[in-house]
Amino acid sequence: MKNITIGEIVRGDQEVFPPYLYEAYQSTRRRAPMLPLIEVPLTLSELTGPGAVISAITPEDADLTRNAGTGGEAIGQRIIVTGRVLDDRGTPVPNTLLEIWQANAAGRYLHKRDQWPGPLDPNFLGMGRCLTNEEGIYRFLTIRPGAYPWKNHPNAWRPSHIHFSVFGPSMLSRLVTQMYFPHDPLHALDLIMNAVPTEAARKRLIALYDHDVTEPEWALGYRWDIVVRGAYATPFESKEVER
Amino acid sequence: MTILPLTSSQTVGPFFAPALLREDAIRNVLIQPETSGERIRIEGQVFDGEGLPVPDAMVEIWQANANGRYNHSADQGPAHLDPSFLGFGRSGTAEDGSYWFETIKPGRVPFYHEQFQAPHICVTICSRGLLNHLVTRLYFEDEQNNAKDPILLCVPDERRSTLLARRENREGMIVYRFDIVMQGAGETAFFNL
Repeated sequence: MKNITIGEIVRGDQEVFPPYLYEAYQSTRRRAPMLPLIEVPLTLSELTGPGAVISAITPEDADLTRNAGTGGEAIGQRIIVTGRVLDDRGTPVPNTLLEIWQANAAGRYLHKRDQWPGPLDPNFLGMGRCLTNEEGIYRFLTIRPGAYPWKNHPNAWRPSHIHFSVFGPSMLSRLVTQMYFPHDPLHALDLIMNAVPTEAARKRLIALYDHDVTEPEWALGYRWDIVVRGAYATPFESKEVER
Repeated sequence: MTILPLTSSQTVGPFFAPALLREDAIRNVLIQPETSGERIRIEGQVFDGEGLPVPDAMVEIWQANANGRYNHSADQGPAHLDPSFLGFGRSGTAEDGSYWFETIKPGRVPFYHEQFQAPHICVTICSRGLLNHLVTRLYFEDEQNNAKDPILLCVPDERRSTLLARRENREGMIVYRFDIVMQGAGETAFFNL
């Protein structure tokens, strides 16, 4: 992990993680720390973590087209979003919780603070969750989210995206991120995506259209793998530990 | 050995609450009646660089049980597991930036070479305006072992107090107050993790 300096507050890998202060994204101006992040050794506290924190998950939780429980189906282009959660050695991360949320097909969130005049869909909550299987694979059925305006600057629009919260094997692997869709002209204009410092890292936030995932007469398929930091420091040996 | 590039972080944004803070995803209460350990309540507020409360943050915590054992396969130490204690908490913040947890005071967990860490709780903060989550630790102000804690010693002297939760006794309840200042005067010491 590279060191950091004052005025360049970046966590961990500077080619991957955005800076905390990114002036163009106005909300960072009062929320980014200004003092240097503290370099600390990794301990058992960081190499452990909550893992599968919510065990009571049903298959319906991963179907955003129907999990509003109204009996109706969400409006929009039906899509499958699937992929693997891996650590940076390529080891699949099984049985870990993914939570997702997104706007509806019109670009509107079901949230009291989203008040732009895009229509709500009574059959769409815009949230889902699942656990990865033994091979680290997750799978959601949802609808393609619309783009939506925000007030960061005049005529600001967010590209279509799905928010992901991932736990992974330890505290080090905790990740909150966003998945984007290919060939969206709004990518080049999006401050949040462009806060990621390198083109290569930004591209990794974009799902691939995968015709093998697409199901005939049913739904388009997108594939997106998520790579989190692994927990692979030397295991603590109990015989060394006397309390 | 293949090293895959990591997936970048992006902000949690303003609209996460219906998903991440749905009724069965919130974890303000970490304890069950049979959980062993000293009951404590953790309270605090999250503030931004203008000193204003942050009403749209999420605070997550991770801690060992009262014996100093994490409920995780990487902790193979001799301390006893408490099956009734996972050690994970998640709270939103209210309009006044406040969050709370009901938990137990964690025991001391190992560092290296027969050293131990002072009791502490790992704290993670997500909000709109944070492109990466923030990582810090809560320590207990009335804990003598703080002076030798290897992580606290990494924190410059003048910033160390930002990691110490203040003890209050309130109607028979032990409360530790831990405010989180994202920026500016009294800025919390955050870790590069």
